[in-house]
Amino acid sequence: MNGTPAADPAPAGRLGICGLTVCFGSRQVVSIDELRLDHGEILGLAGESGSGKSMTTLAILGLAHTVGASVSGSITLDGVELTGLPQDKLRAIRGRRIAAIFQSPSTAFNPVYRVGSIVTKALRLHGATKSEAPDRAAEAMRQVLLPPDLMRRYPSQLSGGQLQRVAIALAIALRAEILLADEPTSALDVTVQAEVLDLLRDLRESIGMSILFISHDLAVVAELCDRVAVMRQGLIVEQGPASDVLSAPADPYTAELLESVPKLASQS
Amino acid sequence: MTTEGHLEKTKSFAPDSRKTLRDHVTDDASAEPGAMEPAPLLRVTDLTVQFGPVRAVDGVSLDVAAGPFGLGLVGESGSGKSTIGRAIVRLVRSSGGSITFAGQDVGSLRGAALKGYRRNTQIVFQDPDNSLDPRMTIGATIAEVLRAHQVVPRNAITERVEALLTETGLDADFAQRYPHQLSGGQRQRVAIARALCVQPLLLVLDEPTSALDVRTQANILKLIARLRTERALSYLLITHNFGVVSELCEQTAVLYLGRIAEIGKTEVLLRAAAHPYTVALRSAVPEVDVAARRSRIVLPGDPPDAANPPSGCVFHPRCPLAVARCRTEVPVLREAGPGHLVACHRAEDVLAGAPMPTHSGRSLS
Repeated sequence: MNGTPAADPAPAGRLGICGLTVCFGSRQVVSIDELRLDHGEILGLAGESGSGKSMTTLAILGLAHTVGASVSGSITLDGVELTGLPQDKLRAIRGRRIAAIFQSPSTAFNPVYRVGSIVTKALRLHGATKSEAPDRAAEAMRQVLLPPDLMRRYPSQLSGGQLQRVAIALAIALRAEILLADEPTSALDVTVQAEVLDLLRDLRESIGMSILFISHDLAVVAELCDRVAVMRQGLIVEQGPASDVLSAPADPYTAELLESVPKLASQS
Repeated sequence: MTTEGHLEKTKSFAPDSRKTLRDHVTDDASAEPGAMEPAPLLRVTDLTVQFGPVRAVDGVSLDVAAGPFGLGLVGESGSGKSTIGRAIVRLVRSSGGSITFAGQDVGSLRGAALKGYRRNTQIVFQDPDNSLDPRMTIGATIAEVLRAHQVVPRNAITERVEALLTETGLDADFAQRYPHQLSGGQRQRVAIARALCVQPLLLVLDEPTSALDVRTQANILKLIARLRTERALSYLLITHNFGVVSELCEQTAVLYLGRIAEIGKTEVLLRAAAHPYTVALRSAVPEVDVAARRSRIVLPGDPPDAANPPSGCVFHPRCPLAVARCRTEVPVLREAGPGHLVACHRAEDVLAGAPMPTHSGRSLS
């Protein structure tokens, strides 16, 4: 299940990053020479807090300026340059073509709106008609295995796992081609985490979604990802097929991260 | 500074009743829950905690041996594991059952006796951001507790604060810093130092690493392992991750909807669990090693509403092995092996390796 991605007629490198730097003033927090996400691929971006993985996500979304960072270099979506695009053009891409889910689903939703109205509103903003939006929302909820009656509830009435699935449903409803998943399971129970991982895996299989999966936990990366890039202090120290990198890490930092994963099998 | 050094000092300064408490408890680290044995350090019997219509904890019995000893409480959100920890340190009131510490009933403690108990049992919370006062320096935070409990003479407080910081792997000059100047892992070390400063016999560690990166988690777990030996600590380690208890806890109790599903030696639960929920929880832990990875057991649905628990076995709506009996008859905890109790009608089948559905690329439709 974690082998190489299936051969695909679509062009390689849906999302391409080249010579990307993200700076706060004179301080450079991300410097990536090259990173690409292929069609239907799950790429793990692993590293600790402060390694620059979330800033990379914000840069891809064209949102780095909102936290005061400046971005240079190239980020392409199917060959189209994203950096320097005006915000209205980016807004049409964000959500619609590149969706994102974050670590804490409870802060990702406006607490005063019902879940259903949040999903339908996003669909309407991206061009769904008034009549089709609710149907598409309901269909997406079904795809993430949530009962449709959850649509009438408020975010606070849902569990963390349910909210994360709603966030994924939103990406499905908008038919996003690329999903940036920034620590989407770090705040969840292991059982719920396992469900969300299954769901992401299924999305790749069923609709060929490309996923950039960001995590500090190499065990989770090992479970899910085809390839992995390990980040440290803004740099990618190592990247390659997940099975290679995780079984024989070339960089001592990767080895250290691997060593940190609690070992279950040690006693069995 | 050595640990022995300042332990010695404490005793000479405050010769309290705790030496006799240590003598009272036996060194039997393999105490079996429910068995007739010399009293453990902490005994929880038939504990019930009710919040309005919700029974957060429903008839839980546990023993914690004198240190060094670790008991893991494992379960999902809502399983009641944190409530048990809070009831033990008297942060929530129990509605039924009893908690005894070194033979003393904890529920009836008042005033000075309760304060004495709080010196013996301390708690470390999941999120050190919320458990440290942002307006107090680290030194002031720890000194406050040293003063309140008169652990050392006033003129020795600074020295003791620095010793505690060093013991938990921080530089002594952290005493001058504020919580926001520290990383999450460093803050958690401070929370542990604060808990240790009263020389407790028992620590309740409530998800102490869940908010941390794996590498920081590994370091905090190493710290707990070291303190366990150096201070002969007993602790309850509350977590949703089996990986965290596997190296630190002799015994583990698996909780589901406020009840014990299974309890026994951690190593036995990992190797030969008798409850389908334990098997599922264990299989949900991600593993790097492809060869060690087990196929994950699918538990359909979410944990049920605790205000309206299912009939019979509370786990039956999600259990892959449920039969008619499970819907009507509540399973009682019964022996599955030496020191190994399980509440499941089908424990024999689980032990015999009854197949359970695993995830295999379920397609979305």
